[in-house]
Order: sequence, then C-alpha cells, then structure tokens
Amino acid sequence: MIADYFRIAFRSLAKRRLRTYLTMIGIFIGIAAVVSLIGLGQGLRIAITSQFGFLGTDILSVQAAGVNLGPPGSGAVNPLTSDLVDKIEKINGVDMAFARYIDTGTMEFNDEQVIGYFGSVPEGDRRKAFEEMSNLKAEQGRLLRDDDRKGVVLGNDFSKDDIFGRGVSSGDEITINDMEFKVVGIIERKGSFTIDQVVLMNEQTMFDFIETDVDEVDVIAVKVKDEKQIDDVQEKIEELLRKERDVDIGEEDFEVQSPQAILESLDSTLFAVQLFITIIALISLLVGGIGIMNTMYTAVLERTKEIGIMKAIGARNSTIFTLFFIESGFLGMVGGGIGIALGLIFAYGLAAIGRLALGSELIQANVSGGLIFGALMFSFVLGTVFGVLPAYRASKLNPVDSLREAK
Amino acid sequence: MKMTGSHTNTIIELRNVWKTYTMGEVKVNALCGLDLKVRKGEFVSIMGPSGSGKSTAMNMIGALDIPSKGMILLEGQDIAKLTESDLAQIRGRKIGFIFQQFNLIPTLSALENIMLPMIFQNIPRYERMEIARKLLKMVDLGDRIYHKPTELSGGEQQRVAIARALSNDPEVVLADEPTGNLDSKTGETVIDFLKQLHKKEGKTIVMVTHDPNVARKADRTEYLLDGKIIKSLKNHTR
Repeated sequence: MIADYFRIAFRSLAKRRLRTYLTMIGIFIGIAAVVSLIGLGQGLRIAITSQFGFLGTDILSVQAAGVNLGPPGSGAVNPLTSDLVDKIEKINGVDMAFARYIDTGTMEFNDEQVIGYFGSVPEGDRRKAFEEMSNLKAEQGRLLRDDDRKGVVLGNDFSKDDIFGRGVSSGDEITINDMEFKVVGIIERKGSFTIDQVVLMNEQTMFDFIETDVDEVDVIAVKVKDEKQIDDVQEKIEELLRKERDVDIGEEDFEVQSPQAILESLDSTLFAVQLFITIIALISLLVGGIGIMNTMYTAVLERTKEIGIMKAIGARNSTIFTLFFIESGFLGMVGGGIGIALGLIFAYGLAAIGRLALGSELIQANVSGGLIFGALMFSFVLGTVFGVLPAYRASKLNPVDSLREAK
Repeated sequence: MKMTGSHTNTIIELRNVWKTYTMGEVKVNALCGLDLKVRKGEFVSIMGPSGSGKSTAMNMIGALDIPSKGMILLEGQDIAKLTESDLAQIRGRKIGFIFQQFNLIPTLSALENIMLPMIFQNIPRYERMEIARKLLKMVDLGDRIYHKPTELSGGEQQRVAIARALSNDPEVVLADEPTGNLDSKTGETVIDFLKQLHKKEGKTIVMVTHDPNVARKADRTEYLLDGKIIKSLKNHTR
C-alpha cells in the first residue's frame, strides 16, 4: 500500500511542478554543499594517502626530492641509495626499514600494449609489514608470496575493460617486457591511480626481469618502534641523510615525512572549512525544511476538498496523515537527489579545474555510495520532520466541512 | 455486533436524530428529531427545499458526521458511538458516495479514481485493477480508462463516480443531488444507472434531490422540512 501512497504523492507534486522545485531549492543547496565538500575532502585524503602509498601513526616515508608527479618517489633527480636502508634501520627507535622500487615497462594483454608502472614488494618478514601499512587486500586471487618469481599482483583498474579492452583476472598470463608473467591476484579498489594502476612484483623479480637498479631506491618506508618517538626518529633520519648526501639544513634534496601527520594537519584544516560550510548548509537545510512546511500547509488548504473526498470514500485519519507525510518526505528526498547531483558536479568539476590550474593529481574528488545514501535518507527524514505538522492538520480535518469547501 | 433494529431487514434507521450547529452565539438546528427507516434493497429519495436538512441527513446516514442527539443504526449498529477510524471503515466498506459535484481526484485517472477506495481497504493491486476495469465497462467508459477527470464530460465524470461508489461493493449507495450538475438528458442516464443498480444488483439506494421528476424514480419519496420528515409517498415505478 505504501507504494500506492508514493504514487499518489508523486502525482500531486508533479502537478505543481514549479512550486515543487522552488520548495526544494533550500534542500538542494544544503545537500549539494555537504556532498561536494565531503567528497572533495575525502578525495584529498585518499590522494594524500596514496601519494605515500602507506599509512600508519608509526610510519615515516623517506623520498628524494624532485619532480613529484606520478608514482611516489619516481623521477627524483638524485635518488636515494640502497645502503641508506640499512643505515636507517640501525637508528635508535627504528623497528624496520625497507626500500621500495618503482619502474616502468611495457605490458601486453589481449593484443593490446600499454606502458605500465611497477612497484616492488619487499620479501621475507617485511612483506607483512608492507601489506599492513599499505592496507593491501586481494579482491581476486591472493597477494604475493616469496616463491612468486614470475607472478604479479595487479591494481584494480586492470580488472576493468578500459586498459586492455578486456579485464584481466587472476590466473591470466600477461606479457611484461616480452616475458610471460602470471597474474596471481587483483587488489581491492582504492580510488587512486597510484594503487589502482600499479603492477606489484617481488623485489627480486624486479631486479631479475625488469632490470631495476638495486642501488636506486625510490622510497624508503620506516616503521618506528614507538609512535610517541616518531618526531625524534624523523630528526635522526634527517640528520643522517644530510650527512650522507652532504647537504646543509634548509637545502635538503630529500623529504622525511609522516603521512599520518600530514593527514592530520589536512584534517584540521578541512575541519575548519567543513565546520563553516556545514553551518551554512544547516541554515540552508533549515530554511528548506521550513519551505517544505509552508508548501505542505498550502497544499492542505488547497486540497481540503480532496481530503474530504478521500475521507468520504474510506480514508482514515492515519491514511491522510501518511499521504501528506510521504509527500513532504518525497519533497525532501527529491530535493536531496538534485542536491546530490549538483554536489557531484561541483566536487568533480572543482577537482578537475583544480588539477588543470595547479597541475597536481592530488586534487581528486571521491563521493562514496554511503555518502549519497546518507544524504538521500537525511533529506527524506528532513522532509518528513517538517511535514509532520501539516500532515497532522490534514488528518484532523472534518470530512463534512472539507467536502463543503468550494472548488 | 449488537442487533437493536426493530426489523432485521431494516438496513438504515434514524431514531430521533438531532443536529445542532453553533454559529457564533446562535444555535441552529439542522435536524430536529428526524426519524427514518430504509429497508434492505430499497430505493428511497429524500426531497426538500434548501436548508431543510437534506444534506445533513445524508452525512449522518453516510457516517460522515455524528448526531448531536439520537441514534443512527446501520445494520443494527449505532454509528454515533464509533471512533473516527471505525467510521472511516464503515464509509469505505458499506457506503458508496455519489456527489453532486462528482468529486473525483483531479490528479488521478478514471481507473485510479475507482481504485482509490480499494487502496484504502488494502485490496491487492491486481484485484483492484480487475474490479475497476469491470466497473468502468459497466458504466460504458471502458475506453476512457486513462483519462483524467478534466478530460471527461460531466456525465462521464458522474459515471466514473458511480463506478467508484461501487468499488468496494457497498451495502448502501448514497447519492447527493447526483443530477444537480448535469443537463436533463445526461441526468436521466445517470438515474437509469442507479435504477439498474437497484433492480439488478439489489443495492439499497438513498438519493437526495430537489427535482420532483428525479425523486419520482425511487420506490418511495420522503419529504423533509425544517429537519423533520413531513410526508412519505410511495411512487409507482415502472
């Protein structure tokens, strides 16, 4: 029966289209603001997380400074050397350190050839630490093992048809630099190209088949023993690198960063902006809600006769209440739907403009299904909340008086 | 259900019904001790000048309103004592209303208008559709299923309204000036439909009218003045 009520409510709203849209303005501005803001913030977080490739309160990332576009650490002018890994590991307070190598090469599958970028996975007991801090999980197949000499794990984008015209599945053979490799797994989608388009292989595989230079490390990941001492350890690493690379303070050609710390500072900035916009959005939603209430009161007056007719043919007070209640909820939800659409356009549009203007892949938008669903439910509930009083008034109308109402 | 009706075949009984409206300081008696009995399967018309209490009486019989004093028995049940929700139930199941102004819902099609009372009674969709189509065919509007009320003539709208009144197969059909907004020829076809309902389906029909020619079509005509029945006449119907 609820479906029928929805149909009746929809008809009433569709008949008064202009008023319906005007009523929803407040709702969709509010929802659009919230959706685009959260979407952009979320996108930025994901971009930053993937820029480092790993995250954790006890993790430091060491990279050579330089061109910082594309995969983490790649394209540095003066790369890090592999002997640094052992030296860093010896620093007091460091639990473990491992190198990550990034390289590129040709990939062929389904008769299509593309340039791919490869990332190394450390072997032995460091593998687990790496998988944890990168939050890697297999969507298909499994992650790499030490004995996967010619096995690779692919980012999620490869499972789609876009790259090779046909999605790759775990178990497929793929050609890399003219050699056959077996795809042992596909990683869960992360929303960032640095992970979704990566080809992961064991460190030794990279040295043996891709001819990656053992001495040129792209990123060194450092896990500290105690996260409270992370600042201390960071200073020590910086000191070590300055000495090793012979540079003065202020002229560093490397970066030691805590991805978590960057994220936290981003979060605190975002929080201030979000708070501000949320307040504006709330005001807009409140005004929108009052607009719904006003429209519904008008509707009750306008349709007094209709209410009388419905009562005469068997509608109970509760039926009339439900009808108007659904109608106002519907107003809210459709307003929310339009708001979400606008929010998506804003978020992705602004992100695209930002990327063009600043030339940084960092600016991404990410609107999750949960956010969309939540916004939709919220706007429905908002509509119903502001529709309660008008619906109550409608339900209490006296049928005789309502029927007498002149048309 | 307690049976208090004196005759078991009496379907509607009004006993000493009073209705008093308060307009500001003044009290107006719309009904002053109205007594009326309608037997099952009877076609009764109520006549009277405007202000005589016809419509008020109709609202009482139709469970739209409750009396200030007196008893209204519908199949032996005193509806003056029922809750709003029960009254709505009775209106939906036992009564079919036909109004002077047709009173269709403008946003819904002919078919949907007929289905509406069935929605309120929680009748499943496929069943509703079937009944509504059958009824539309019965009132000769099988080709107007998806038309909105504004796309129908007055006579057609009233026929849709008749179909709607019958959708829950009610015991009693109440018609309040059903021909009042129609020209005499269209009015006649509407009355013919009501007569058919009475004869073929055995429905109890109570009709309010101020047109003597229309009133004469019923088995019996009750004359109302100042909220009381003053005369009752049997008609010689063909």
